[in-house]
Amino acid sequence: MKVKASARNGSVIVKTLLAHPMETGRRKDGDGKLIPGHYITEVEANHNGERVFHCELGPSVSKDPYLAFSFQGGNSGETFTMSWVDNKGENESTEVEIR
Amino acid sequence: MNQSRRQFMTRVGKSVAFLVAVVNLPRVVWANWSASAFGATDLDTAIVERYGNLAIADSDAIQLKAPSIAENGAVVPISIATTLAAKSISVFVEKNPSPLSCSFNIQPRMNTDVSVRIRMGATSNLIVLVEADGKLYRTSQEVKVTIGGCGG
Amino acid sequence: MFTTRIQLTLSLTVATLVASACMPMSKKAGMDYPALVQDDVTTFQAFFEKRFPDTEKADYINGVYSIDADARSQWESLEEFPPYELSVDQGKALYETPFANGSSYATCFGDGAVRSQYPYYDEDRAMVITLELAINECRTANGEKVLKYKKGDLAKVSAYMSFVSRGQAINVDVASEGAYNAYMDGKEFFYSKRGQFNISCADCHMRATGFYLRADVPSPGLGQTSHFPTFRTKWDALGTLHRRYGGCNENIRAKAFPAQSPEYRNLEYFQTVMSNGLVFNGPGSRK
Repeated sequence: MKVKASARNGSVIVKTLLAHPMETGRRKDGDGKLIPGHYITEVEANHNGERVFHCELGPSVSKDPYLAFSFQGGNSGETFTMSWVDNKGENESTEVEIR
Repeated sequence: MNQSRRQFMTRVGKSVAFLVAVVNLPRVVWANWSASAFGATDLDTAIVERYGNLAIADSDAIQLKAPSIAENGAVVPISIATTLAAKSISVFVEKNPSPLSCSFNIQPRMNTDVSVRIRMGATSNLIVLVEADGKLYRTSQEVKVTIGGCGG
Repeated sequence: MFTTRIQLTLSLTVATLVASACMPMSKKAGMDYPALVQDDVTTFQAFFEKRFPDTEKADYINGVYSIDADARSQWESLEEFPPYELSVDQGKALYETPFANGSSYATCFGDGAVRSQYPYYDEDRAMVITLELAINECRTANGEKVLKYKKGDLAKVSAYMSFVSRGQAINVDVASEGAYNAYMDGKEFFYSKRGQFNISCADCHMRATGFYLRADVPSPGLGQTSHFPTFRTKWDALGTLHRRYGGCNENIRAKAFPAQSPEYRNLEYFQTVMSNGLVFNGPGSRK
């Protein structure tokens, strides 16, 4: 995942692109078989031990999901974590530096 | 079939479809994924599964930015902002096979201003529900989705 | 559907340009090629300035987004975190990976910011050299296999090089007879009808730009090649200019020419000349 975060006017503005196929479970492959659903279900961000973002996603979200949000508090130079989990239990977590 | 039987069969049909969808849902979740809501295949069920039977009222305290004509239904960028004391913000695409697209659970330090790129399978109403003080507030907009232009 | 004024302007412009495209190739002695080409550029760009009086000339490099507000809004949202970013990162990694013989793309192209040097007419080889062609020639010169021209790794390397060259001026020089012949070849292609639909590039990208053709608004011909390679949502991937040329030709039920064929290289040459004065802004994102 790629995350851009910058502190502005007392909030941290976050934009992120999560590389993920977000397979709906309704597509068929070349042989006509259904490709199983594979999509991110939850995304969250944590800063200084507090959860500052949480959302639930599903198959009606675009491939390589893009999310933009902001949270209060947080200064340039600090870090926070962004993570996601999908319906297969796969997950990714990354530490982001606030610019 | 007479009318009431047809209605009954429709209801049974929807429940079956709903149960089938629920059975294929993820097994590992962190804390809070609205499984049954995401599994619903029609708008009203999706709303009830997500929020129960809360009353819905239209509100102009929700700003929804979405295109009139989506360039590509697979990637429709939208933004939502609200001045309501939101507990959650949910996005529904009425005509999608999975009408509930995404749901933002507002955390204490989170601003009520989010952007996301969603999938829309066909021209449809895009409905945003904001849950605040035990009620649901709604705004919606039709987004046209076209297929097959001359540009290929 | 088209107003009389636009029809008149287009007819006049096309007539002027087609007439000069039909000029016999033989009598070239003592011709001022740069001046001839400059005339074409002025006429071509003036057509669009008249057609879209509210569009800033510099904005044409943004294609249909310079003339359609609803589409532009979506594109601007996408540009907040462009889909080609991941490809540019991958392109950078490819660019910096040495070849088996120890050399690398940097040996051929330095820091990669060379977009404005292409396309150019090579006098010795009597042909137009495009960036993608040069990338593969760098590979073969260093013992590497050629990459496919329409997408994948070559497109990513091109995307990275375009990215680091962003803002460079488009200023193609057509100074010799050979260059002028290649230019005229590309020009003829642009204005010639082809395919089952019997449509020319000019029909869609001059006559019909700004209008709806079924569910699409064709982009203006001015600035069309500035932003390639392009991440098209439809491809869900990066693609080169010649990939788009092929797709476009197939859309009008014409047989596509191979990527980097003389036809497409000369067309790219002509189209880039027509955008002289604008800047390169690749890679781009489009629907």
